Amino acid sequence: MLGLNKKDGTLLLIVIGLTLFAPFLLNPFPVESELAQFNAGYPDLMQRFVIFGIFAIGFNILFGLTGYLSFGHAAFLGAGSYAGVWMMKLLSMNVIPAIVAAVIVAGLFSVLIGYISLRRSGIYFSILTLAFAQMSFALAYSVLTPITGGETGLQLSLDDPRILTGGAEGGNLPVPSLFGLEMRDSFDLVLGSWLFTFNVGYYVCAIIMIAAFYLAIRIFRSPFGMMLRAVKSNQQRMSYTGLNSRPYTLAAFVISGMYAGLAGGLMVSMDPLAGAERMQWTASGEVVLMTILGGAGTLIGPVLGAGFIKYFENIFSKINDQILHGWFAFLPDGLENAMVALVHPFIGKGWHLTLGILFMLVVIFLPGGLVEGGQRVGRFAFRRRNKKAEGAEAEGAAKQPAE
Amino acid sequence: MSSSNFTRRGVLRTGAATGAGLALPTIFSGAAWSQGFTNEPTGSTVTLGFNVPQTGPYADEGADELRAYQLAVEHLNGEGDGGMLQTFSSQALDGAGILGKKVEYVTGDTQTKSDAARASAKSMIEKDGAVMITGGSSSGVAVAVQALCQEAGVIFMAGLTHSNDTTGKDKRANGFRHFFNSYMSGAALAPVLANAYGTDRKAYHLTADYNWGYTTEEAIRASTEAMGWETVNAVKTPLTQTDFSSYIAPVLNSGADVLVLNHYGGNMVNSLTNAVQFGLREAQANGKDFEIVVPLYSRLMARGAGENVKGIYGSTNWHWSLPDEGSKAFVQSFGTKYGFPPSQAAHTCYVQTLLYADAVSRAGSFNPCAVVEALEGFEFDGLGNGPTLYRAEDHQCFKDVLVVRGKENPQSEFDLLEIVEITPVEQVTYPVDHPQFAGGALGTCNPGA
Repeated sequence: MLGLNKKDGTLLLIVIGLTLFAPFLLNPFPVESELAQFNAGYPDLMQRFVIFGIFAIGFNILFGLTGYLSFGHAAFLGAGSYAGVWMMKLLSMNVIPAIVAAVIVAGLFSVLIGYISLRRSGIYFSILTLAFAQMSFALAYSVLTPITGGETGLQLSLDDPRILTGGAEGGNLPVPSLFGLEMRDSFDLVLGSWLFTFNVGYYVCAIIMIAAFYLAIRIFRSPFGMMLRAVKSNQQRMSYTGLNSRPYTLAAFVISGMYAGLAGGLMVSMDPLAGAERMQWTASGEVVLMTILGGAGTLIGPVLGAGFIKYFENIFSKINDQILHGWFAFLPDGLENAMVALVHPFIGKGWHLTLGILFMLVVIFLPGGLVEGGQRVGRFAFRRRNKKAEGAEAEGAAKQPAE
Repeated sequence: MSSSNFTRRGVLRTGAATGAGLALPTIFSGAAWSQGFTNEPTGSTVTLGFNVPQTGPYADEGADELRAYQLAVEHLNGEGDGGMLQTFSSQALDGAGILGKKVEYVTGDTQTKSDAARASAKSMIEKDGAVMITGGSSSGVAVAVQALCQEAGVIFMAGLTHSNDTTGKDKRANGFRHFFNSYMSGAALAPVLANAYGTDRKAYHLTADYNWGYTTEEAIRASTEAMGWETVNAVKTPLTQTDFSSYIAPVLNSGADVLVLNHYGGNMVNSLTNAVQFGLREAQANGKDFEIVVPLYSRLMARGAGENVKGIYGSTNWHWSLPDEGSKAFVQSFGTKYGFPPSQAAHTCYVQTLLYADAVSRAGSFNPCAVVEALEGFEFDGLGNGPTLYRAEDHQCFKDVLVVRGKENPQSEFDLLEIVEITPVEQVTYPVDHPQFAGGALGTCNPGA
C-alpha cells in the first residue's frame, strides 16, 4: 500500500486509527466521575499531542537516523511560529499561507544554521546548535522586539493590514480558519455520561501529522535514509570510500528543521501567538526527551514520547491538594492527610519530579524507550500464545497415535 | 480486491449502526447551542481558573497568589471570617457563593512562559469549564493569557503585571487589571525623589532587556526628567544575567549620581547586591551622596536582597502595614490561615477575585459582556487602596500608589519596607491616549460561543 511494505503499512494504519479516534481514546472516563481529571480529550491538548508529534518525528529524522544530536531544534519551531503569525497579520487568517511560510522560513533558517554547525560532529555539533538556538532566543526576546514582540510574544492586533481579507470587522480579532472553517470550532458528542469533543483544528493537525508520518516512513526506508544510517554507524568509513556525507547530513538537518517549522506553523494556526520561550533551550531539550523517551530511531516512538510528556505537563500539573483530598476522602481524617502529604510532591508543581522519575525508569529499564516496552510486552504475549499453540499441537500430536 | 458479502448478519449490523447514527443528533446536549456564552455555569457550582507560576523564577509569588485565591474562595463561599467582604463598599456579595452558586476552582502552572500559560488557561476553559481566568506574575504571561481569554470569551482578571502594555497597547475588552503600572510608579516616585535627593540629579539606568524593563525605564525617565533630572546613560542588561559587576563598574565614572535599577525579582536582588558591594551607597558624585532607586518593589525581592534594601526608595501597589479597615481585615484573615502577612501579589489577586464575583452579582449574570459592563467605570472602596476607579476606556484601576523605602531596623523578616508616602490617585492618573499607552484598541467584549 502506498509503496510501503506490510509492516509499515500496518504501522501507518495504526497511527491513522489512533489519531482519528483520539477524541474517544483520550476521554475514557465519564465527565462527572472522579477520574475525569485524567481525561485528555479536550481540543488544546489533542492539538498539542499531534503538533509535538510532528516536531518529534522531524527531530528523529536527524537524530534517529544520522545520530547528530541537535540541541537547538526549538529555534526552527520558533522561527516557523513567527513566520506563521506574520502571515496572519499581513495576508489573511487562512492557515495555509501561515503553514507554508512557516515551513519555508524554518527551512531557510536551518540551511543557514546547518551549514555552519555540520562542520563539526558529536558534542561540538550539539553545542553549536545549542548556541545558535540560545542566540535566537535572546534576539527574539529583546533586540528583535519589533519583529517578535519580545517578552509579550507576537500576537495579532485589530489594526493589522491582512491585505487579502481586509482588517478586522467589529471589535474582535478574527480567528484562524481554513477557507471559512474556523480552527476552534468544536462539535460535542454526548453519549450517556461521556463527552467527546471533535475539533476542526485537531483534525487539520491530525491529517497533516499522518502525512508527515507517512513521509517519515518513506524517508526511513529510502536509499537516502540508508545513507543517513550509514553516517550514524560509521561516518569515517563513509568518507574513506570516497563519499561526501555532508550533503546528506545537511539535507537531513534541513528536512527536520522544516518539520519543526511545520509544527510551529500549526501551533500558531491553532493559537495565534508566538512567544520567545518557544526557542529556549528547555524547549529544545524537551524534544530530545520526547524522542529518547519514546525510542530514538523508531518510527512511532517520538510520537508516543511527545504524547507522554505533554500529558504529564498538562494533566498532572493541574492536580492540586483540593483534588487529592477528594480522592482520599473515604479514608479516616489522619490517614487522608497523610496520603495527601505523601502524594503532594508528585502532583501540581511537582509534575517535573514525576516525569523525571519516569524518564529515569525508562532510560534504565527500557533503553529503547516506550517502543521497546511495547515490543517486550508484545513478545511476551506472543511467546505465550506460541507456547500455547505449540502445546495444543503437541497434545494433538500426542493424541494422534492413539487414534 | 473488494468483496461484497451481503450476509444477514452484516445487513443487520449496518442497519443498527445507521440507526444509531441517525439517533445521535437527538442525544446531543442542547447546551452547546442554547449557551449564550462560553462555559455558562448551569449546575449548582461555578468554576474559576487560577493560573499562577508554580515553577520557575516567580514560583514564590505564584504560591502566595494561590494562597490568596484559596482565601478568596473561602470567603465567597461564606467560610472563614469573610475578610474584605465586610469592608468592601459594594455589598452585593453575601457569602453564598456567586449568584447562589458555590465557587470551585482549578489551578494551573504558567511556568512564567506565555506558551505554557496559554496551554494551561486553555485546558481550564476547554476541559474544566472555567468562566473566569486570573493570575500570573509577569506581564508577558498576562498579555498572552488576556488575548486568549478575549478570543475564548471568558473574563481575565490580571494578577501581578506592571508593564504599561497590559492596559496599553495590548489591552483587551475581556481583561481587567487592578495592579498599578510603570507610568504610575514613575509619577508617584518622581516627587518623592525630588524631595529627598533634589532636582539637579544625573541618573544612570540599568534596565532589564525585555518589555517590562522598557516601559518602566521610559516611565521613570519621563517623570524624573520632567522634574529637572538628567539621564546620563541607560544600559540594557540581559534578563538571564546573574552577575552585574561589569554593568555597575562604569556607573561611578559616568558622572551620574543616582542609579535606577529597572529590574525585578532575581535580577533586582543581584544587581542591588552588586551595587552595594561596589560601595555605591557610600560613594560621592558631583558633591552629593550617591543614591540607588528601585522603581518596583516587592516584599519577596526585599527579602532576597536582605540588608541591602535599607533606605532605598521604590513603589509598591499595596503593603500589609496599611492602616485602613480593608487591609487590616485581609491581613487578619490571611495571617490567621497561613501564619504570615500577605504580599502585594496576594493582595491584588484576592481583590481581583472579589471584584469579579461582585461584578457578576451586580450584573446578575456570568455573561462576560454583562461583567464587563458592571466593571467598567465601577467605583469602589474598602479593598485596601482607598477609593478606586476601574476606568472604562482601558480597564485599568486608578488608586493611590505607595512609595516605600527599605526599613533601617526591620522587626521581622516580613517587616522590611516602610511607607514613605501615599501618592494620591490624581497624581498618577493619565489620559487614555497618553503616549506611553499609545496603540492598541480595547475592542468589544466577547461572550464566546
